[in-house]
Amino acid sequence: MALLGRTANGLFWMFRYIERAENTARLLDAGQRIALTNLSSEPDEWQSVLVSAGVEAAYAAKHQDHDPDTVVDFMLRDRDNPSSVRASLETARTNGRMVRTALSRELWEAVNESWLVIQRRLSSPVTARELPAVIDLVKRQGALIRGTFQTTMLRNEIFDFCNLGAFIERADNTARILDVKYWLLLPEHSQVGSALDNFQWRSILRSVSAHRSYAWEYDGEYRAVNIIDFLMLNRRMPRSLAYCYTVIEESLKYLNRNYEVRHPCFETATEINQRLSDTSVRQTIDGGLHEFIEVFIRDNNRLAQEIGQNYRFYPTA
Amino acid sequence: MKSFDEMLIPEGDVRDPYARFYEWFREQDADALGEKAGEAEAFFRRTGITFNVYGQEEAAERLIPFDLVPRIMAKAEWDNLAEGIEQRVTALNAFLDDLYHDQEIIKAGIVPERLIAGNEAFLEEMRGFRPPGGVYTHIIGTDIVRCGENEFYVLEDNARTPSGVSYMIENRETMMQMFPELFAQNRVRPVETYPHHLRRSLAAVAPPACEGTPTIAVLTPGIYNSAFFEHAFLADQMGVELIEGSDVAEIDGRIQMRTTEGYKPIDVIYRRVDDAFLDPKVFNPNSVLGIPGIMEVYKNGGITIANAPGTGISDDKAIYSYMPEIVEFYTGDKAKLQNVPTWRCAEDDSLKYVLEHLEELVVKEVHGSGGYGMLVGPTSTREEREIFAEKLKKRPANYIAQPTLALSTVPILVDGGLAPRHVDLRPFVLVSDKVRIIPGGLTRVALQEGSLVVNSSQGGGTKDTWVLRD
Repeated sequence: MALLGRTANGLFWMFRYIERAENTARLLDAGQRIALTNLSSEPDEWQSVLVSAGVEAAYAAKHQDHDPDTVVDFMLRDRDNPSSVRASLETARTNGRMVRTALSRELWEAVNESWLVIQRRLSSPVTARELPAVIDLVKRQGALIRGTFQTTMLRNEIFDFCNLGAFIERADNTARILDVKYWLLLPEHSQVGSALDNFQWRSILRSVSAHRSYAWEYDGEYRAVNIIDFLMLNRRMPRSLAYCYTVIEESLKYLNRNYEVRHPCFETATEINQRLSDTSVRQTIDGGLHEFIEVFIRDNNRLAQEIGQNYRFYPTA
Repeated sequence: MKSFDEMLIPEGDVRDPYARFYEWFREQDADALGEKAGEAEAFFRRTGITFNVYGQEEAAERLIPFDLVPRIMAKAEWDNLAEGIEQRVTALNAFLDDLYHDQEIIKAGIVPERLIAGNEAFLEEMRGFRPPGGVYTHIIGTDIVRCGENEFYVLEDNARTPSGVSYMIENRETMMQMFPELFAQNRVRPVETYPHHLRRSLAAVAPPACEGTPTIAVLTPGIYNSAFFEHAFLADQMGVELIEGSDVAEIDGRIQMRTTEGYKPIDVIYRRVDDAFLDPKVFNPNSVLGIPGIMEVYKNGGITIANAPGTGISDDKAIYSYMPEIVEFYTGDKAKLQNVPTWRCAEDDSLKYVLEHLEELVVKEVHGSGGYGMLVGPTSTREEREIFAEKLKKRPANYIAQPTLALSTVPILVDGGLAPRHVDLRPFVLVSDKVRIIPGGLTRVALQEGSLVVNSSQGGGTKDTWVLRD
């Protein structure tokens, strides 16, 4: 059966927003950790949460200071913030409703139920004490959706478009975290071994749910270059840029085979993926980590647009 | 006003079709049943079986309340009804074909010309055009009420885009999940075959341009439409595309949908968009829900539209009162199903009678639907009647009136056990190479004691409807 361009678009954005809801929750988790330790030399940890989520301007339009409760509420419940957990899930669910004929009944119900449960939980403000339980709930519902997706969906183009949405969003998220925190990881900044650095680095890992797996991969020593390698280039780390692009390239390859056409977006993805393979962590640092990430974020966005054009997500005027 | 109860005989006995159910019911624990009702609601919410309410911004998705007590019909009762329905939908299609061609029924003086010529629902664009297979109204929901043991009336022939069939199927699904033992004890005819029949019906009226297996699509106005759930449900169950106007374009004389691989022609479109919005090139030019150019493609044999544009003329409330004559004119037989006696307010004598008896009558707008804009005499206040009388005098031709029927009751589950509530019935009928009627239909039930308004938009609920095999 043919797949409508609008349906492909709905699938893609549904999964982007499911991923985003969870990323937002994870950022809050890391933010609270740092705030609670009072170790930070940068008092405005909460601001960096807003910057990582790319919603600083939207926040500034409504609020003056970075009072923790206000930031948490903005990130969890504010409908004016399109990346808040609540708004993200609403968008995901609206897209899911629109494309429900393309979803397995189980997957639709998992999305709908997650929306119902979390919406109810977020109907009133969340106190600092309740925050860990709420973050946990968001992560668990995300796991339910992903698990249902993996076990009930046919491996056809619908599956591929969902994966593209999820992994483009995830790559964007990991890149943003690196972009906000890169200075912490640069040699001129780090005083290796200080408690503060150790803690800051751990919190970066925590915001991608990888503080334990890092220890397995790099023998437990916190080193800036290893953390950069882990988040960017390690293909075993499921949130690294390289891993995301392994999945993206693979999904686009399946689509090519399925449709027997090679689209420009595939070339773009291959090129970005190749860059991640060809570069060593030393080279990225020497050539400018910040610049590398900026280019990556821009290219990642361009790829998303090309996918939309190549697969006719929208009517062309 | 004493109503006929379909389950209980006044002396306290139970009617035959309900015997096994009632026996089961008496063994149930009241609290456990109450819990089951909660489970059913949670199931509907999780599945997203909701409808949108117009004009309410917050929490716009609502559930239609579901009652656990099934409405049960005996085989003979249903067979009689089904025969009458088949006769009626056959006549409706013949009537439409006649209206858009020779208009013999007007020439014969049976239906007055003024009801057709000046009627918005009559589409000049359809004159002289015969849709593929000669079928005009493919999907019909005949609203039926019962007033006694053998007393059934047709209340309305919904020949445009009847809704509710998804609830019929989901209600059954819910009952089977919650009380499987009931279906082991009772031999109930299945309803879940509807989407399969619908697909076959639609495929059988493919247009001349169709090559190979017909490509079918459901056209929806979008996720904010009150019946969106049903549109998605039907597309899903049939395994066809659910499309919006923005997904398609007229290309090379065909209506084609934009897929990830390019444009693909559609052969049969089951549209859930009203006539006025269907083609901005021909009808309402401001419509963004429709498909520009579809009427031209249609007339050139490039697509089948179900239901055909212009079928609304046959279920117009002003036409309704002529249905017994219409059925006889085209089938040669007396109508098997009765009409509710109807006063046409356009006629002076009738208007006078209606104004004098507002307290006893139900007055409806000729073009209204969903229970809006009507007056239910017996439950109205004096003030409401006075206001309505003014409207009536201003535009009498806009109204018809009917006696307040003593609608039958079926019990619903309440805190104290069972309590009778008024019901109606909407069986779903498919017309194509043959007539397919799904046994049962959607039973709508007024949840308020004594209320006669069963519409879901006004707080009515639904029940699973059983037709027994024996």
